Amino acid sequence: MSDQKLAFEDFQPGRRFALGPRAVTAEEIIEFAREFDPQPMHVDEAAGRASILGGLAASGWHTSALFMRMMAESFLVNSFSQGAPGVDFMEWRKPVLAGDTLSGHSTVIESRALRSRPGIGMVKFCHEVENQKGELVCLSANSIMFALRDMLEKTA
Amino acid sequence: MIMAERYASGEKTEIGSYLFTAERIVHFAERFDPQRFHLDAEAAKSSLFGGLCASGWHTCAAWMKTFVAYWSAECARLASEGIKPPKLGPSPGFTKLQWLRPVFADEEVTYSVTLLSSRPLVSRPGRRLNTIFCEGVLADGTPVVRFESTVIEFE
Repeated sequence: MSDQKLAFEDFQPGRRFALGPRAVTAEEIIEFAREFDPQPMHVDEAAGRASILGGLAASGWHTSALFMRMMAESFLVNSFSQGAPGVDFMEWRKPVLAGDTLSGHSTVIESRALRSRPGIGMVKFCHEVENQKGELVCLSANSIMFALRDMLEKTA
Repeated sequence: MIMAERYASGEKTEIGSYLFTAERIVHFAERFDPQRFHLDAEAAKSSLFGGLCASGWHTCAAWMKTFVAYWSAECARLASEGIKPPKLGPSPGFTKLQWLRPVFADEEVTYSVTLLSSRPLVSRPGRRLNTIFCEGVLADGTPVVRFESTVIEFE
């Protein structure tokens, strides 16, 4: 079962996938920020300390991207994912600071096969990412599309 | 000056464009979103998207990139006119993020921002919370990404 790719049917409500752990370095915080979000608190240690974030802090979009990477490694790459139409919400609850280690969970909230797209099902998740102190840094909910195993077997 | 004085509620401001080259799409995906339709043009053909397309998170990060460049120039412009620019802080998050259409290799997205509302934070005197609508469209006006974000402002 573990080497079988995950299809829609494998995402039953209540199933939980572990995210991370993922260490976040100052270098990668600065690299991401220089490319996409070059505000002082994301590229400079002293400016970060002087800001309300309290240290060199990852751009919120970097936190989102790291969450994405952890989700990809946890279950998406090993699945028949067909992408996501969006994200209901994402709360950046606490700054992600250089030296933090992120981990968390994605939990299936509900799943339904799509009438409009035969062979595809929509799975809604709640995502929680914490730092090494157990503080919630990122809370989110979104839906992701997966191919139905039924359909994959018929077309195989 | 505060945001609500600079921008009328509902007034849309174009902030810049970003070209999603295949190289940029793959470089972002290798680091953050290694799904086959973001990495491999051949494999992407058999996906629901039908071709190599950018990670949705890449289309958001590019909004941020164009906003920071726009905002830096706008603050300098206001200062040159003797006006103290609004002082923006971090964002607590966003809602209603929609990836409306895949962004394929070599498509250019033009981004905008619209102030929706602005209110003082009762719990934190001296701070305000702005809600902004953010959007990216293709050259023909087709929207590809939309979300509502909140941004802290210091009075």
